[in-house]
Amino acid sequence: MSLLGHLSLWLAFMVGLWGTITGFAGGAQQRVDLQQSARNATFALFGALLVAVISLEIAIFRHDFSLQYVASRTSRNLPTFYLWSALYSGQEGSLLFWAAVLSLFGALTQLLTSRRHRAYLPYVAAVTSLVATFFVSVMLFAPANPFKQAAFTPLDGSGMNPQLQNPGMVFHPPMLYLGYISITIPFAFAIAALLTKKLDAEWLVAVRKWTIVSWLFLSIGLLIGMWWAYVELGWGGYWAWDPVENAALLPWLVMTAFLHSVMIQEKRGMLKKWNLALVIGAWLLSIFGTFLTRSGVIASVHSFTQSPVGFFFLGFLVVAAIASAIVYVNRLPLLEAEATLESVVSREASFLFNNLLLIGLAFSVLWGTLYPIISEWVQGVKVTYGPPTFNFVNIPLGLVLLLLTGIGPLIAWRRASTSNLRRQFALPVTVGIFTLLTLLVAGMRELGALLAFSLGAFVFGTVFQEFARGARARHRQYGESTAFAVLQLLSRNRRRYGGYIVHIGIVLLFVGFAGMAFKTETEATLRPGESAELKGSDGHLYTFTHLGISQYNALNRQVTAALLDVRRDGKAIGRLRTEKRQHVDAFGNNTFEPSTEVGIMSGLRVDLYVVLAGLVNGTEQAVFRFTINPLVWWVWFGGLVLVIGGLIVLWPGGTAVVVRGSKASSVQAGYAVKLEAER
Amino acid sequence: MSDHLSRRGFFAVAAAAAGAVIQDTVRAGRVYDPQRAGRAQSPITALDTDGRIQAIEKKLRCTCGCGLDIYTCRTTDFQCTYSPALHKDVLRLAGQGKTAQQILDEFVKQYGQVALMSPPREGFNLSAYYLPAIVILAAAVWLLWVLDRWTRERKAAAKASSTAPPDATPEELERLRRELDRLPG
Repeated sequence: MSLLGHLSLWLAFMVGLWGTITGFAGGAQQRVDLQQSARNATFALFGALLVAVISLEIAIFRHDFSLQYVASRTSRNLPTFYLWSALYSGQEGSLLFWAAVLSLFGALTQLLTSRRHRAYLPYVAAVTSLVATFFVSVMLFAPANPFKQAAFTPLDGSGMNPQLQNPGMVFHPPMLYLGYISITIPFAFAIAALLTKKLDAEWLVAVRKWTIVSWLFLSIGLLIGMWWAYVELGWGGYWAWDPVENAALLPWLVMTAFLHSVMIQEKRGMLKKWNLALVIGAWLLSIFGTFLTRSGVIASVHSFTQSPVGFFFLGFLVVAAIASAIVYVNRLPLLEAEATLESVVSREASFLFNNLLLIGLAFSVLWGTLYPIISEWVQGVKVTYGPPTFNFVNIPLGLVLLLLTGIGPLIAWRRASTSNLRRQFALPVTVGIFTLLTLLVAGMRELGALLAFSLGAFVFGTVFQEFARGARARHRQYGESTAFAVLQLLSRNRRRYGGYIVHIGIVLLFVGFAGMAFKTETEATLRPGESAELKGSDGHLYTFTHLGISQYNALNRQVTAALLDVRRDGKAIGRLRTEKRQHVDAFGNNTFEPSTEVGIMSGLRVDLYVVLAGLVNGTEQAVFRFTINPLVWWVWFGGLVLVIGGLIVLWPGGTAVVVRGSKASSVQAGYAVKLEAER
Repeated sequence: MSDHLSRRGFFAVAAAAAGAVIQDTVRAGRVYDPQRAGRAQSPITALDTDGRIQAIEKKLRCTCGCGLDIYTCRTTDFQCTYSPALHKDVLRLAGQGKTAQQILDEFVKQYGQVALMSPPREGFNLSAYYLPAIVILAAAVWLLWVLDRWTRERKAAAKASSTAPPDATPEELERLRRELDRLPG
């Protein structure tokens, strides 16, 4: 398997190089034979990398510990479920996974792209092959080859990090990688559009679905990562502004900006330069994130390791940024807008401010992430830019963004009249103010949470109003029932109404985030039969009674479990179990330090979150940390709603969007008039 | 909340804590294999859960490399040996009657500014807090200016074109008029 894997990597490297050269040459010289060869190279590249992936998986499942990667990431008693994920649980395997998925996307792009956009495909093949070849070259030439032989073959492997042995970790990395990787396709089309000088909105049509796919995978990856951090790490939260979390958030913010600004180009032929810059920027940020994760340049709990692999990525990032900038600047004269803004009070303008804020937020996160390095450069002092600073800087920006989420859909395209504004804003503003006053009367004084709930209500009001008006119009026109009319709205204009569902998801996420302002926690040492009490922000008193400790062996671990009885205001509501796990190999040897499994009782209002810190003097007397986290359930539900909204937008069919091309066509305003002679 | 833990208050809490530890009698039976349950823990004392101590520890970074503050690390990563030691340092300094700010200063003196979870708001570090907002505000003002210029240019162009003769033949204009007349309303 090792030899086959090695050969496949070399084959992939050569085929990738060939695809890159023939793609660029075929595009530049308009030679059909070279273009066809580049297309075939994308399929061959995928084939070679698929063989490499299968070789590694077979080695993992056969426990072939002669491979260093297999020996250092798995053990004989690792559950089958996690043997699959061992493929991408380490540096070397994840690089292979990345290259293979990128080659798959590259091949699919060649297969699925409409004939209309054929002119772009040679360059798209060249770019995807080039990026995949870079990843393969990192495996071959940096110390990151998953098929490297171990110095000796151990009887059993070291096993997988216990924190990775969680269902969230099986799905989180591939989802995030899929998001990261698929950004390469819009980037490839952007570069192809620049090189072919076909810079009308056609390339946007070609990449629209890919962009949403990227955004959706990134969203799912981020959400599952948050869930994993919450249920596995035990610190009681889901977002710690870790550099690697930030690295995933950056392209997500830029992609979100692009998904909004692209509408202006489609409808008005404006923002061509901006949209290209966003796509290129999102891709560069995805490579930057990979550099951060793999270089160890900034301290992070996620970092794979401090290795020279990261600096391969830095070199690639610099070269790619310079090359992209040269092509981009060279084509700027061809990127003039076809229309200008009619009014500052228009949806176009509100989208511009939305873009400004999203990119500003991305800048802010990047600034915070890099600030420790910047500070060391500028003032020669090492500092920490921790969660308190991130929250101070970014929470106000997030709230303004939430406000704009509501304002955007309320303002008409081109120009909004005063009466139009009054009619559009009346209900949502009333809902927002009513919520604010109700919360104030109820005694809430936490400013951030007050604003988050009130602005959330305002955005919810805008979406409700949009659905209500649309459904009422359909009811009047077709006599449809309200429920059916709503379904028809979603079905016929998936992009618009799916987008509104995404907005609802965002509101729910903010509601969940705001809930954390009311978190309560305590620690206690309990003997069996003793209880600890903690008052939740929901006004209830929760009592946790320690029932006892049990120890037993499971497949690859020795478990110490504590069981607690939970009561709310004296009434039993269930039991919680929290564990310490000592993972062992097939011979019973300890493989990692003991890890903690959190006990969570999740509800709509609060989550009860219990962690077993350890035992006192080897007795059943145990130290616990109790946390009551309000509204966390809404974060996961909001995430689900956001993903469903994204899927609705992505789903094929629905009404085709009129795209403003290079020739004059515009949003229809009033009647469409056709002269008799043209009929 | 006063950030000053008085010497008397500290010893009162410490005495209660010691009492709690002494009270830890043998009512709890031994487990089969204590090694499996990770590092042995000391019973929680009143000082461990003291809000003032926690507030100080949330401003200080653990030196183990986890990136978390001392409080979060010592109540999350129970294998970490750094955060319990740093916690003891905080308790020791509080026991000497130092204020929260004096404790933070002591940590900065010993470990440098990196010991703080947030950079001090002075000098270049002000940019850590305010630069993003300033950049966004400046960009927003610039955007407003650009949008205003665009809309004014457009209005001027529209005014100029409305005074120019229509770019159509009289026959075409007549056909257009006929079509418009056919429209309802």
